Amino acid sequence: MDFLSDHQPQLLPGNRQLPPTQGVIEAPHGTTIVAVTFPGGVVLAGDRRATMGNVIAQRDIEKVFPADEYSAVGIAGTAGLAVEMVKLFQLELEHFEKVEGAQLSLEGKANRLSTMIRSNLGMAMQGLAVVPLFAGFDVDRAKGRIFSYDVTGGRSEEHGYAATGSGSIFARGAMKKLFRDDLTEDQATTLVVQALYDAADDDSATGGPDVARRIYPIVTVITEDGFRRLTEDEASEIARAVLERRLEQPDGPRAALL
Amino acid sequence: MSTPFYVSPQQAMADRAEYARKGIARGRSLVVLQYADGIVFVGENPSRALHKFSEIYDRIGFAAAGKYNEYENLRIGGVRYADLRGYTYDRDDVTARGLANVYAQTLGTIFSSAAEKPYEVELVVAEVGETPEGDQIYRLPHDGSIVDEHGSVAVGGNAEQISSFLDQRHQDGMSLAEALKLAVQALSRDTNGSEREIPAERLEVAVLDRTRPQQRKFKRIVGRQLSRLLEADGAATEAESAEEED
Repeated sequence: MDFLSDHQPQLLPGNRQLPPTQGVIEAPHGTTIVAVTFPGGVVLAGDRRATMGNVIAQRDIEKVFPADEYSAVGIAGTAGLAVEMVKLFQLELEHFEKVEGAQLSLEGKANRLSTMIRSNLGMAMQGLAVVPLFAGFDVDRAKGRIFSYDVTGGRSEEHGYAATGSGSIFARGAMKKLFRDDLTEDQATTLVVQALYDAADDDSATGGPDVARRIYPIVTVITEDGFRRLTEDEASEIARAVLERRLEQPDGPRAALL
Repeated sequence: MSTPFYVSPQQAMADRAEYARKGIARGRSLVVLQYADGIVFVGENPSRALHKFSEIYDRIGFAAAGKYNEYENLRIGGVRYADLRGYTYDRDDVTARGLANVYAQTLGTIFSSAAEKPYEVELVVAEVGETPEGDQIYRLPHDGSIVDEHGSVAVGGNAEQISSFLDQRHQDGMSLAEALKLAVQALSRDTNGSEREIPAERLEVAVLDRTRPQQRKFKRIVGRQLSRLLEADGAATEAESAEEED
């Protein structure tokens, strides 16, 4: 492999010239990711559906990954490229930590991810975009923080809540009405599941909780104690509680009018 | 023009080995011991920033005696090798044996190359297994040979004396506190047989703990946890410290 890349790089699969394509390449796409901060940490969650055009490519895809001990990344966009990007991102953070003997700052991690997204711009122009959401616990400031990105790698810090992916508009609308700055951890995890439910309600590419197959959203919490992914039982309990209430009130909790 | 003297290859190698050994002997020794739940690294190190022990990969740790810049160089090379392997293939495909081989190649090449001075370092590469039988410890002397070690190993200045001391006393299935105590006892013996006290602040201690729930098993033991372990003299305190570890 190294020998080839030194002497005949065009022989490596990744370096072959692609013929110009007509239209969009069909590949599985991940959909909605949401994040909410609460005093003491941040919650990052994602639905489980991957779509390829009008087809559901995968029902139980995992789109939220720990980046390191104190941060996580959720991916929307082309699943294959996004998973590869996360793998490389995890590797870089771990490598830095081991070589330098200290962790990167949260800001540093967010910047690094930004560069990685920008390097994918060529693919994004061909319809293979990757747009992650990055959330972490800032050890220096002792609070949870969220960063969102656009396809060119543009980075912006979000305060309170954020969403990315095809269902993000609906999820953001739901979070806007439900968010408060004094949420507890339990309330925050319920809030993200509500938001994902609303996204699935109105966006065909986002999957809702699948009770029959026992597929529930992935919910992760990052606090001072580090990254923790809710177990399937915990996630199903929240999802079932939300579902139960929606049987009576299909549009979910109502916010006050004034 | 002066004619260069003829030096026999045997003599040249002996001189280089002598040079490297003297360099290593100037540094303080360190020990690596197996205990019931993993492998513990103990050494005397006045600096808190310049480590003798470090993490290479999930289950692999690194210890070095000798010249700092030289072993730091090797350590970073090892981390790079392991991370690249793990990224290209899988995390399980990174093994201490593979890493030790790479180190042996590097050290061997440098040792026998006339253009470079030999490295004044002695390394230990250890990998913690699922069970004590799966533990692997490799010692890599300055000339690029590999020694497969079991139970306990010492490198650095006073290594031979310390190893024989440890060999007599080390047992399988020791608790962390017992292993740590034995290690400190071994390190605090001077060349002339007398003992001196090594305060906890001057100790560098790290473990590869197989019971750790995280994927990465390497952990430094510092501060209160270290002093508690040093004072502990029974299984009761041991259990308590394990609880507080994470």
